[in-house]
Amino acid sequence: MRNIFHGDASQQYLGHKWLILALLATLVFSLATCLVPHFESHAPQGQSNTGPLAALLGDGRRLFANHFFVKADAYFHSGYYPSIYDNRESFQTPHIGEDSGQMEGRNTGDEHSFLGQPRDWIERFNRNFFPSEHTHLDEGGADGGGAAQVKEILPWLKISTEMDPNRVETYTVTAYWLRKRMKLVHEAEQFLRDGLRANPNNSTLQLELGRLYFEDRKDPVRARNLFEAALGNWRKENANKSESDKFLFGQITGALADLERHEGRIAQAIEYFQMLKTVSAYPDAIQKQIDELERQSNPKP
Amino acid sequence: MKTILAISGVAVKELLRRKDAYVLLILTVLLTVLASSVHFFGDMKMVRYMKELCLLLVWASSLVIAVTLAARQIPAERESRTLFSLLAKPVSRNKLVLGKFLGCWLACGFALLALYGFFLAAALARGEHWRLVEHFQAFWLHWIMTSVVLAMVLCGSLVFTAPSSNATICLIIISGILMLGRHLGRVAAQMAEPSRIVTQTIYFAMPHLEFFDVRDLIIHDWPAVRWSVVGFASLYGAAYTTAFLGLACFLFRRKPLSA
Repeated sequence: MRNIFHGDASQQYLGHKWLILALLATLVFSLATCLVPHFESHAPQGQSNTGPLAALLGDGRRLFANHFFVKADAYFHSGYYPSIYDNRESFQTPHIGEDSGQMEGRNTGDEHSFLGQPRDWIERFNRNFFPSEHTHLDEGGADGGGAAQVKEILPWLKISTEMDPNRVETYTVTAYWLRKRMKLVHEAEQFLRDGLRANPNNSTLQLELGRLYFEDRKDPVRARNLFEAALGNWRKENANKSESDKFLFGQITGALADLERHEGRIAQAIEYFQMLKTVSAYPDAIQKQIDELERQSNPKP
Repeated sequence: MKTILAISGVAVKELLRRKDAYVLLILTVLLTVLASSVHFFGDMKMVRYMKELCLLLVWASSLVIAVTLAARQIPAERESRTLFSLLAKPVSRNKLVLGKFLGCWLACGFALLALYGFFLAAALARGEHWRLVEHFQAFWLHWIMTSVVLAMVLCGSLVFTAPSSNATICLIIISGILMLGRHLGRVAAQMAEPSRIVTQTIYFAMPHLEFFDVRDLIIHDWPAVRWSVVGFASLYGAAYTTAFLGLACFLFRRKPLSA
């Protein structure tokens, strides 16, 4: 009788446990149905929150985006890359970004010798087991295997955009390497359009897409539309900022000035060069180009 | 020598009987195949990211196999009381430790052969060209490192009471050495006394397991390491293995079996 009583009590206890678990599961589900639409409605326009990575990592995945971008740069150097314990002055800006002209360079110091002199025999011996020479993949890499090896940076760049679709420079840097170094213009355009879907009306992406149309597709009309849209959006983006993005402004006006000069519209080209001169680090060089264009438009008899 | 070989045979058979090595191998294969099935911009010839992932899995799997295998050798014999019947035969405690070590080392060698065989096959399938010298060096140095790890864990199994605590502590130490070992000297140089001298002592005394890690050279197609360097690294590994085994023999001789 006693055993039966104990059996009932344990069954009752187990039943309560399951009920509590079911209650908690219901609460979690209800909370998720309330919160998910709320957060989705507050996400930036065009921002994608779907996909397995987003489901698995949530917003934490954005933390990894920069890591994978830097990883692509490490691949560009065939593994010769400073760790957090080394002198990183010459690697402040990833070289894949700086070489593409998409990122403003902040690198100083000698990129060939960030390791410095070995302090002891362990450090000296250790250098036999990891890449300790500066090379670039587009110049043949570690084994001189040809510039085509530069494609090895692409998986990490793609993963970086998967991690953070709003990291605009990843799209522009990737597009540059795709179209300029690998001649994959179609893939570059598709990638930039993916970027624009995730970041609608972004001036940086419009500028890069305009360059693609101007330099690769030889379509100056579309390129001009995109550059002008980029300039308009840059003005909107920087309207209320105390410090505007002069680097991007210089790139947009420079691209427009080049396009107009190429198309023979000298007056417009001079106008854009004047705008570029206000933010350029080399105003004298820009003034020389303006003078040259003025001479072309008003030839002396 | 016959006794040592006989004891080592048991350890090899143990690895073949246990499921964890197969599970780790299958996981390595599955994750690598999954990673290599991804297309990036329509190009299937990108191989380095796949090599990196595969080598990471090879290293993680081999460390788990080595540590878990070595950590339970002597405690399991003691728990099942087979240790008493083993030592009742003309087998010295030193021979038992050496036999256990040799068995684990050979077992890890077989596991590494399977893992590196798969790595080579996966890399070749993605268009990698034959680099037998470099791959052999990677396998050899990895196997030498495994000997240091096994000796360290065997030694730990005589210090720590439970195999689980020994395995956990050894895995933390080994991961720490692999991640920080190369930089510890520089970190120590920036410290104030007395932590500087303590860190420097650790830096010079610890086994530098990163000497055996040539993954970056393999991933980025760097040329093979000089054979003299490989030879010196092998001697370095052998010296630490001998030191740990010597300590393990010393501890085992002094340890009461009933405890």
